[in-house]
Order: sequence, then C-alpha cells, then structure tokens
Amino acid sequence: MSKDQPASVQPARRAFLRQSLTLIPVATLASTGLGGAVLADSTTPAPAEPARAAPARAYQPSFFTQEEWAFVSAAVAVLIPTDALGPGAADAGVPEFIDRQLNTRYGSGGLWYMQGPFRPDAPSELGYQLKLSPQEIYRLGIAETDAWCQAQFGKAFAQLGLEQQQQVLEALDGGKPAFASVPAATFLGMLWLNTREGFFSDPLHGGNQGLAGWKLVGFPGARADFMDWVERDERYPFPPVSISGERG
Amino acid sequence: MSQVMKKVDVVIVGFGWAGAIMAKELTEAGLQVLALERGPARDTYPDGVYPQTMDELTYNSRKKLFMDISRETVTLRHSVNDVAVPYRQFGAFLPGTGTGGAGLHWSGVHFRVDPVELRLRSHYEERYGKRFIPEGMTIQDFGVSYEELEPYFDFAEKVFGTSGTAWSIKGQVVGRDKGGNPFAADRSSDFPLAAQKNTVSAQLFEKAAREVGYHPYNLPSANTSGPYTNPYGAQMGPCNFCGYCSGYACYMYSKASPNVNILPALRQVPNFELRNNAHVLRVNLTADKRLATGVTYVDSQGREVEQPADLVILGAFQYNNVRLMLLSGIGKPYDPVSNEGVVGRNFAYQNISTVTAFFDRDSHHTNPFIGAGGNGVAVDDFNADNFDHGPHGFVGGSPFWVNQAGAKPISGTKVPPGTPKWGSGWKAAVADSYRHMLSMDAHGAHQSYRDNYLDLDPVYKDAYGLPLLRMTFDWKDNDVKMNRFMVERMGKIAEAMGPKAISAGKKAFGQHFDASTYQTTHLNGGAIMGTDPKTSALNRYLQCWDVHNVFVPGASAFPQGLGYNPTGLVAALTYWSARAIRERYLKNPGPLVQA
Repeated sequence: MSKDQPASVQPARRAFLRQSLTLIPVATLASTGLGGAVLADSTTPAPAEPARAAPARAYQPSFFTQEEWAFVSAAVAVLIPTDALGPGAADAGVPEFIDRQLNTRYGSGGLWYMQGPFRPDAPSELGYQLKLSPQEIYRLGIAETDAWCQAQFGKAFAQLGLEQQQQVLEALDGGKPAFASVPAATFLGMLWLNTREGFFSDPLHGGNQGLAGWKLVGFPGARADFMDWVERDERYPFPPVSISGERG
Repeated sequence: MSQVMKKVDVVIVGFGWAGAIMAKELTEAGLQVLALERGPARDTYPDGVYPQTMDELTYNSRKKLFMDISRETVTLRHSVNDVAVPYRQFGAFLPGTGTGGAGLHWSGVHFRVDPVELRLRSHYEERYGKRFIPEGMTIQDFGVSYEELEPYFDFAEKVFGTSGTAWSIKGQVVGRDKGGNPFAADRSSDFPLAAQKNTVSAQLFEKAAREVGYHPYNLPSANTSGPYTNPYGAQMGPCNFCGYCSGYACYMYSKASPNVNILPALRQVPNFELRNNAHVLRVNLTADKRLATGVTYVDSQGREVEQPADLVILGAFQYNNVRLMLLSGIGKPYDPVSNEGVVGRNFAYQNISTVTAFFDRDSHHTNPFIGAGGNGVAVDDFNADNFDHGPHGFVGGSPFWVNQAGAKPISGTKVPPGTPKWGSGWKAAVADSYRHMLSMDAHGAHQSYRDNYLDLDPVYKDAYGLPLLRMTFDWKDNDVKMNRFMVERMGKIAEAMGPKAISAGKKAFGQHFDASTYQTTHLNGGAIMGTDPKTSALNRYLQCWDVHNVFVPGASAFPQGLGYNPTGLVAALTYWSARAIRERYLKNPGPLVQA
C-alpha cells in the first residue's frame, strides 16, 4: 500500500510516527503489528471465556428512591435477563448506569429543545413532543406502573413474579395502561433504550460491568486498530478492552 | 449598543469545509480573513484523543460533538396546512458545530458528481421529454458543468488525501477489473492514494454484485490508505479501520477534516484569524439592501459585537445559511403558493434505504466493528441516469454500497425479523447476529418540489429570541417509486450472498417523512445556485444575485439532492467560487453574472 507513495513523503511519515507513537497506549499494542501477527498464527483462537456471573457492584442510588431503585433493578433484569449466555442488565450494573445518567444534563432534558408551546398530539413522525425530561419520565412512569401493578395484582412491580413482570412490560410497550402523567409506551421505550445503552457502553458510565455486554456479542471495545483483520473472514480472537484498560 | 470591531477584508460565517476552503483561498490572495465559528475550539486533541474517544455513549448516543439543539433547532411539518413543531431531539439529521463543523466528525465518503446531475432538468427533458418530470417537481440545472468543475474536484481530492480507484484518466481507461467505476466521469489525474483494503462485508458485496451482473467499484474515501502529505503540507497517518469515524474526531489523523487538512496551514499565516464561540445573528446590509457591511455576532459572554467586512462568506451548515439569509433580509423569501421568491426554495434531502443480511455464525465473520467511514464497495448501475428511466416512471438514481463504517453495539446491533423485542430470545439473537451481518444502502438522490421548502417559523424562537427555521417537507410519489425500485434491485445483491435472513426498509406510498430516526445529514437547497435570478438565490459562482458581496458556499446551493454524498461537490464548488472571487471579483467588485 505505501509502496505507491513518493519517497519524499517518507521522512514526513517518520516524523508523524515519532510524534504519535507516544500517544498510543499499551492497550492497543496487543492488536497491532507484531502482537497481532504472532497471535494470528494460531489456527484455533482461544475460546471465549464464559462471562462473569456475579451480581453488580454495590451502589447507592442518588437520583432514584429505594422504591424506584427496586423497580428499575427488577425491570432491567426482565429486559436483559441473566441466563446461560451470561450476566443480564441488572448484574452488569445497568441500574447504576441509569441512575448516573439521570444526574447528567441528558437526565434533566438539557440536551433537548424544551421551549413551548408543546403539542404532544403532533404526528409521531415529527419526533418527541412531550414537555417531560428523562428524570420526569422515570419518576412518573415508575409511580404509574407501580400503582397499576398494585391495582392489578396487589403488589408493586418489583414484588411480582417473573411472568407477571414480563406481562406488565409488554402491556406498557403496547401502550395498554392509560397513564395520566406519561404515555406508558414512551416510558418503556426510554427504559429499554437506556438499558441497552448501559449494557453496551464503556464501563466508565457504570454499566457493562465485567464487560458483560461486549463479551456477549463479541465487541472488542476500545481496541480501535484492526489493520491486520480487515480482509479476514474469520473470528476475531481478542477479548474486549475498556477505555480504562480493563480486559474481558 | 454593539461593540464595533476593526474592519476586515473578509468575514466567514462558520468554519467547516466551506469556510476553511474559502479562508485558505482568500488568505492566499492576500486578504485579511476572519472566520467566526459559533461552536467551541475543537481539534484531534482533545476531542479525538485515544482512548477517551472510543466512547459510543458520549459521542454517538449523547452526540457530544453535534450542534446544541437545546439552544437552536428547526421546526418541522409535512405540509403547508400543518402546524410545525420543533425538532426537539436529534433524529433524522445531525448538524455539527465547533471548529471543523461536521467535517470533523463526518464519515469520509468523498465523491465527485455524476455530470448528468449538474444539468438534471435539461437532461431529463432532452432524453425523456418535458412531460416526464412530474407536476410540482422543481428540479433545475446547477448552471455549472462537470468539465468546469473538474480541476476543483481534482484539487480537493489532493487536499483531502482521498483513496480510490480511477476508471479513466484523460480518456485512458486505467481501472478496468481493478476496482474502477465504469460509470465515473473522466479525470485529469489519479486519486492521491490507492483504494483502501476491503472489509469482508465489502468483499461479499463485490462478489454478489458481480454475480447479478452489476459493476462493483471501490468507494472513494477520505480515509487514508497510507501516509500522506497534502498540498498545504498537512500530514495524515494511515487509517487502521478503528471504526470510530462518523460522530467522532479521528484519533489517527487519517480522516480528512478542516482541522487536520487545512487549519494547520492557516495557523501559519498572519492574515487569518479564527474566532470561536462567536454566534452570528445576521449579515448587516446597507439601507438599500444591495451591499453587505459585515455581520453582527454574540460573543462567548453574550455581548453583541459588530464586525465590519468588505466581503461576507456564509459557510454555515445548509439550513443555517438559509436562515441567516432570511434573518438578514438577503434575497426574496420563497412563497410556495405564488411560486415566487428564491430564499428557501428547492429544499431537498436524500432518499435512502438499508438492507441487512444475516449469516449463519459459521458461514461468515463480517466483524462489523472493523470499519472506516468512507470505505466500501459500490455499484452505480442504477445511479444518476445510468439506466433507462423511461419504463419506470420516476426521476432520480441511487448508488448501492456496503460502507462498513464501524458498527458499535448500542446503535449497531441488529436482529433478524421475527426476533423477540427483549428477553433471552433477543439476547441470544444479538449474540448470534452481531459479528455475522452486513448492511448495504441505496443512498438515493432526492428531488425538489414546489411545496418542500424553508421559511422562518412564526412561533418558536432560539436562545437569542430569533425565529427558528421551519421545514415543510414530505415524501412524494416519485420518491417512493424510486425507493421501491432501488430496494428491489439492491435486494438481489443481498439474496446472491446466500444469507439466512434479510431485512429491508422500503418506503410505502403515503408514508410520511419520519424525523425521529436517523437517515442522513445530507440536506440540500434553500439558497440555490442557477442561471435565473427568479428561480435561484445565487449565480453560478455562489454569489448572491441581490447582494454581490455575499457568497454562500455549501449544499444549500444544490437545486436538488445528489445520488452521491454531497461533501465532494461542496468542496469543489467552494474552490470554484473562491477562484472566481480571486481572479475576477477582487479586481472589479460587482455581480459576476449580469441578471
């Protein structure tokens, strides 16, 4: 590839490398040049290690109340359960992720245009039109859902059996309970989106603990150098690495 | 009372590709140039530094580098009879902000243009007759030819460090069976870099496309296939397919950006200044509105500042250029009822569809986390007018491609049709699919129509109390016909790959434009170039017909949307316009074309 380059470019290139090499952290070296070539000789890549099946680390929520925390912990465990394939959302720390996100500018609606007048009945193709921030959607949505569960089953969501919890989330998704303060499907949609975000984002945000989400799908995280793998129709054998250098 | 700054020769609004190219060209002409960029200072360091930038949540989900729509957005409605509501959350399109604009975090697909699309109306009328163009479709000629622009396409590729495979150079075919595009227009010289490697997905697409009789070629990519130094002395390192392109600043200095490819040269000259956090409110005009006297902006502390200048360049994002013209009173606002006026007319988009193929986990490893934003394999058999539209009854064409830009798991995990929405079934499907799927796009030209247009919203305001821009926009039958035709043709490629499942998005007649899900940020028109001041805001040199010292480069000048990505044409038109300013306007300031 570089053989087509005029020779005059090469000194500049070396200067570039001298400047930039110091910026490349140790985490990438395993997947570049030398390390990659050596490991690539192995015809049978190491099998994926089974994902860690341990509960999420202890966390004290600062946005959610204890009741809300119980709801979110139970709900995300239904959406992405712990099963034979490895940890689910609750064990991967997704409740911590959501609690922390709700304390950011995103959580207070600061990333959205929130000037009125609001026309929540506008066609859905024109996008989100409620005046509610994510904080409000969770606060109202959890209260409405728990009240609905109390009316239906005599218990809060977190105290229901798995099958009933699944039914409740499906009902929310279908917009079945007519909540007064927030549309049920909007609440469920946000919970499901944030659950996937927490399960698959870098662990620096609180979720994806033990790189559980990345190990499930085979995403290598922050390796960010695939020069030797571009053209190869074969399994990429290296485990994921996070921004902080944690390996899966 | 505004603070009044010392007069400069040229003030440029916005420092993306258009602003940076103009700044380079006009400082070379010896002018004192000031670029006002409303967003923050941004560069590879710290905004694209490894490993912090490998953060999908921050950069893709929360869109850290994009425009702050909490302060200013647009409003949307589907027809003139509807009430517009704000684009409150990012969805269909993602404008940038800050140094480099969207050029810092674009993907890097770097096309020229199909020559037919520069004279689209004339071409269709000649080949198919005037009646072939549907009632209400307002497509026009650009007023400039491919031959006139070729030197500027050529130079822009050298500035960007573009990787690709030529088909013909000065009439000599050089790219047959090597990855050249047989439908590509002739070139005066080769790409500065050879094409990048092809991913497994691109290889599968290439083989399947050939099997069904199409003509695959290497996508021209402004991601480097090797080390490169551009004509301005800016250095680039080779792309390593890290997969963090679109939405991210490139940590490897491998993706062309105003920040990497032009700004380092501008920093060396004393007659250039870049002022960040300077939000331009309006262009100031003389009382007769025939001449601009400069601009007024709000600085980082909220103070209004007047900046006098002899020449004003509007180089903001497409719709921000249009809004600034409307807020400043430049040109006559467009009225779709009377079909008069020019500013806001011919607002067009991209007509895009995606087909995803899912393979058995033992048959192919597409490893979609491997990617480069501009890289891939495409076919042009159905782009532009490369096939006979006569029997099909629609205007427009579409390239198809696999452009594996790096799919990350929050946004890039897809599951085959019929998968449960969540739970263990979903989990198993995601685990099974992620490394064994590929997506291909029909990128799709989009035409302009009498009632798709831009004006100022009567209700909603920005953080400075000024009206938001209002988009009136919906899909028309022509768009749906084309989309369904293209998805069917592209589907044959997917079928030829022998996947276990295929999912395809196809538009339905009567389906409304959906602003809630991402499509592309390729918005066009609203301040279009042309040959008649009654139907264009700018002449063929991107100069305002009505205010001769205001030039408006950008996709806002396109009379309709291209099949290809717009950045290559934006860059070439900006160089073309700059050349006219340098060689003709500066010697004799006035209209470069007599109305």
